[in-house]
Amino acid sequence: MKVKLKIWRQKNAVSKGKFVTYDFDGASPEMSFLEMLDALNTTLIQKGDNPVAFDSDCREGICGACGMYINGYPNGPVKGITTCHLSMRYFKDGQTIVVEPWRAKAFPVVKDLIVDRMAFDKIQTAGGFISTNVGSAPDAHAIPVNKSKADDAFDSSICIGCGTCVAACKNASAMLFVSAKVSQYALFPQGKIEAKERVKAMIQTMDELGFGNCTNTGACEAQCPKNISIINIARLNREYFSAKIN
Amino acid sequence: MTKLNSKIPDGPLAEKWTKFKATTRLVNPANKKKLEIIVVGTGLAGASAASALGELGYNVKNFCYQDTPRRAHSVAAQGGINAAKNYKNDGDSVYRLFYDMVKGGDYRSREANVYRTAEVSNDVIDHYTALGVPFARDYGGNLDNRSFGGVQVSRTFYAKGQTGQQCLLGAYSSLNRQISKGKVTMYSRREMLELVIIDGKARGIITRNLVSGEIERHSAHAVVLATGGYGTIYYLSTLAVNSNPSAAWKAHKKGALFANPSFVQIHPTSIPQLNDYQAKLTLMSESLRNDGRIWVPKTKGDKRHPNEIPEEDRDYYLERRYPAFGNLVPRDVASRAAKERCDAGYGVSETGLAVNLDFRDAINKQGKKAIENKYGNLFEMYETITGTSPYEEPMRIYPAGHYTMGGLWVDYELMTTIPGLYAIGESNFSDHGANRLGASSLMQTSGDGYFILPYTIGNYLADDIRTPIIPTDTKEFDDAEKEVKDRLEKLISIKGKQTVTSFHRRLGKIMWNHAGMSRNEQGLKEALQMVKELKEEFWNDVMIPGELEELNQELEKAGRVADYFDVARLMITDALNRTESCGAHFREESQTEDGEAKRDDANFMYVAAWEYTGENKEYKLHKEALIYENIEVKVRSYK
Ligand SMILES: Cc1cc2nc3c(=O)[nH]c(=O)nc-3n(C[C@H](O)[C@H](O)[C@H](O)COP(=O)(O)OP(=O)(O)OC[C@H]3O[C@@H](n4cnc5c(N)ncnc54)[C@H](O)[C@@H]3O)c2cc1C
Ligand code: FES
Repeated sequence: MKVKLKIWRQKNAVSKGKFVTYDFDGASPEMSFLEMLDALNTTLIQKGDNPVAFDSDCREGICGACGMYINGYPNGPVKGITTCHLSMRYFKDGQTIVVEPWRAKAFPVVKDLIVDRMAFDKIQTAGGFISTNVGSAPDAHAIPVNKSKADDAFDSSICIGCGTCVAACKNASAMLFVSAKVSQYALFPQGKIEAKERVKAMIQTMDELGFGNCTNTGACEAQCPKNISIINIARLNREYFSAKIN
Repeated sequence: MTKLNSKIPDGPLAEKWTKFKATTRLVNPANKKKLEIIVVGTGLAGASAASALGELGYNVKNFCYQDTPRRAHSVAAQGGINAAKNYKNDGDSVYRLFYDMVKGGDYRSREANVYRTAEVSNDVIDHYTALGVPFARDYGGNLDNRSFGGVQVSRTFYAKGQTGQQCLLGAYSSLNRQISKGKVTMYSRREMLELVIIDGKARGIITRNLVSGEIERHSAHAVVLATGGYGTIYYLSTLAVNSNPSAAWKAHKKGALFANPSFVQIHPTSIPQLNDYQAKLTLMSESLRNDGRIWVPKTKGDKRHPNEIPEEDRDYYLERRYPAFGNLVPRDVASRAAKERCDAGYGVSETGLAVNLDFRDAINKQGKKAIENKYGNLFEMYETITGTSPYEEPMRIYPAGHYTMGGLWVDYELMTTIPGLYAIGESNFSDHGANRLGASSLMQTSGDGYFILPYTIGNYLADDIRTPIIPTDTKEFDDAEKEVKDRLEKLISIKGKQTVTSFHRRLGKIMWNHAGMSRNEQGLKEALQMVKELKEEFWNDVMIPGELEELNQELEKAGRVADYFDVARLMITDALNRTESCGAHFREESQTEDGEAKRDDANFMYVAAWEYTGENKEYKLHKEALIYENIEVKVRSYK
């Protein structure tokens, strides 16, 4: 199968990037999208050209490393999956495919399709934890947790930190990411003790890092490869206001 | 000559660890603040160690090659994490967990280490729960358990099919807390390319900044490797594509003995290879075998759709061969049985390299909802990849390279044969013998990092409280840096014609065919020669485009594949030496009449620890005798 690939090429963080077009006839419908890029890279390397740089590691939708804009959508045209799970069977022979890195002020481009998502780590460092030292935990059954709360916490906890929500949002807001973490801890008795400090610190750091405001467009939820719900954002807002009031 | 001293404390098995903790030397809080520790790796082992050491007051430098510590390969673990809690009241105990692991490992692991891991397993679960890890719960609000292959109790804690992710995010959160306190400094997108040894002690590492290409020096009073396993030697495996052996390998070349390198676990349930471009194989968790039944058609080449093959034409070969454990036999047994059926021509799919894993009966009995609750995300993943739904028809599965029991040799304190160099998690060899039981790696990696290393490292650092910060402008650092630079220079100037990946694929094929699920002398010897030739070809004809001083993924891969040729040689050397079959290591020359592995305890009840003596020089074997005082050594039977 043949595809026309228009790929964003940028040597490093300071150089200016541009789209480069590749007519590639080595694709096949059984390939994953990333395997197709691997195959393209093989042909580039054999010609002595620089391959297209992109992040990936687990290639099974759980590490959050991959992630790129494909034909105007984060992770491509199929909802609820990461880029590494995108299959070439969703593309037509002869189709033009435009591939770009995430575009957000807080995620500067490092090279080609690779961006710097360290801002997410910084938000987590600001308060995304429960302060408990090794050796000080009570027996795991000492604090029972209502099953439906625990299930909700799980649903919030499955964020893979890929950055799709930020990339999908016209304001480049990180609210879905932050809210998922805040929710997970707010739903657990163990997390309640520091809940107020946590939400304030994480929001403040998010603002400082240049993420935009949330205007409730819902694009984050619609594109999230893990289907994380914007109910989390509502919960975050509640947590935040009650933290501010008290 | 390196001598092995495993430093196992004396006294009864159940008291060894308590006694060690009570009598080991300590470093007082004021002195801890003056000491630096390098931890390479941010998987469960590395992240837990870095945060625990930070909590204790040490200054920690933590490294990973991913863009953030949260993406370490541990994130991909699916099925669960074991502990001897006995919450199910089904007769579990620390001793039984220990027993299962030693038996499951086919009596090739060290009693004292295994017992200790079983002992701390309960603390690990308590700690993760306190950190907010959302393990599955029952309606009473208590934690739920399920059973995993090779055991008869339910001791596995889980968070749907993404237990590794949840545990890792828990460990990452404790790491973040120490970063926020300034006790841990995080270095992401850094690859350790050399170990620095000063006066015989591990004192630092050389890294490459993967964004700028800059070569950097880092020093510390001790170095901890938590760098994972080498299962990607087969190229196609269930590991993350960037997983690699290089950090451990550099340490090995600098004097750390490498133990049982040929003990590699081939996991029975992975999605079979679908095409030639494939970069990895996706695991389908072992937990699926709790409800799924494995079968192939009774007649060769039966081309009917699996749903149309009636009961009497199906061969549930695991249930047939192993009535006591059925579909829940350990991984090595299940993998070999699948290979046996496929080699005999009964495999399904176009390639004949697959067997069915069928949920029909479970769905009929428990309802679709119950199955969805347990395995929903795995079924979805399967459907995303293959385009077929396991609710409607059987999954197709085949074995794949998955986990390495072998690794750097460590003593009871988790120290390698290089003073001050520790190895934890999958990178060491210690707990799983010749075969690892499901859900016991998350347990061991977390136990090593949170509960064991923080105690044992004090015993070493107690001698270092007067040692100031190690300077990096010394000859040892100069030399190590030069070695790294020379090698990178050499690699990039080859400018041949073939890609790094093409070499990795070819190496993987050699290893899969000759040093995979089943091995024999002739095949191993051929493989040795093939690897040697491939290595020469690589160093003459590999093509690495781009520059040294930039983000260069081909260069990264090339360094790792270059090391893999040497790892392959050692793996084969070990497999040749061990003429017995044990656990995952199946030597065709050593089997029973019905095709089961035949151990040779009289000659091989030892850990094979190999000493590197130089490029292409003969390896030197050191043996650590394994002594079983607390468990009766038996023929492992699951029949
Ligand atoms: C698909 C899959 C599913 C699994 N499921 C389970 C399960 O359900 N239960 C279970 O118990 N086990 C499971 N396992 C096994 C288990 O996940 C691993 O054994 C375990 O997570 C290894 O953890 P680790 O901390 O030792 O290493 P890893 O998680 O592999 O981490 C290695 C770290 O080292 C770093 N690193 C490596 N080399 C360098 C270098 N040169 N320089 C800098 N950094 C470096 C990496 O960046 C990374 O941070 C599974 C494994 C796979 C492949
Ligand atoms: S590579 Fe890990 S999520 Fe895609």
